[in-house]
Amino acid sequence: MEVDIMSREQKLLLLEIMEYSFALVETNLYLDTHPYDERALKLHNSYSQKYNELLSLYEAKYGPLRYTQMSGCPWAYINDPWPWEIDFNVI
Amino acid sequence: MWLYEKKLQYPVRVNTTNPALAQMIIEQFGGADGELSAGIRYLTQRWTMPTNQGKAILTDIGTEELAHWEIIGTIVWKLVKDASIDQIKGTPFEAHYVNHGKSPYPHDASGVPWVAAYINSKGDPIADLHENMAAEQKARATYEWLINVSDDPGVIDALRFLREREIVHFQRFGEALRIVQEELDRKKYY
Repeated sequence: MEVDIMSREQKLLLLEIMEYSFALVETNLYLDTHPYDERALKLHNSYSQKYNELLSLYEAKYGPLRYTQMSGCPWAYINDPWPWEIDFNVI
Repeated sequence: MWLYEKKLQYPVRVNTTNPALAQMIIEQFGGADGELSAGIRYLTQRWTMPTNQGKAILTDIGTEELAHWEIIGTIVWKLVKDASIDQIKGTPFEAHYVNHGKSPYPHDASGVPWVAAYINSKGDPIADLHENMAAEQKARATYEWLINVSDDPGVIDALRFLREREIVHFQRFGEALRIVQEELDRKKYY
């Protein structure tokens, strides 16, 4: 049995980021074909703000989710878990 | 270009090791109407799409399909990663195992490898957007058959999410088709 290297706190924050990220996928696709919809744009912008805040918080605490971010030494982007290794059954 | 984010689009929860189910799920990893076909199809069609709405929707849905391909690969991996040889022997996954071990590979549930002939890019936006709408419906149907043969609550949950995405994509491609059609009609002069 492998040891779960992610704390409950880390998983919950990642899940929250995943939720906002998905909301942005939805508003993005909708806006692609409805670029003048101000209500959808407002929603998109508020999700975007929250997403970027949570992402910065997560990356400062647990390391980069994106290679464009800064890291201490050693390069923390490579650290596990990779997305397919996370056990979402146990939170 | 693309920017990878080290997270799945949807959390994959698999309850029980099940190589036989993995072999069925792999249909959407490398089958004709699977996520790889979808991603390559839409991203390939972008160069000849005339409207900005159309270019954006092909780019963004194509990109989302690659995230779905990652979800499917993760479901397959989680279904087989802890499987013993005895759990693999005699299942439909055994033939996959002797070639690929436990790695996912883009073939369909019957083992037929993915080919580019599954997709088209016709250089004609009306033809392409109709192909895409049909592709989304075929993928939706595949997810329904997969849900019918699945008995793992975690797997069914992820399959339901992916099925819903096909419906949203169908809707968006329909809107893009209408926009392109209006644009082409506007350009006609008599």
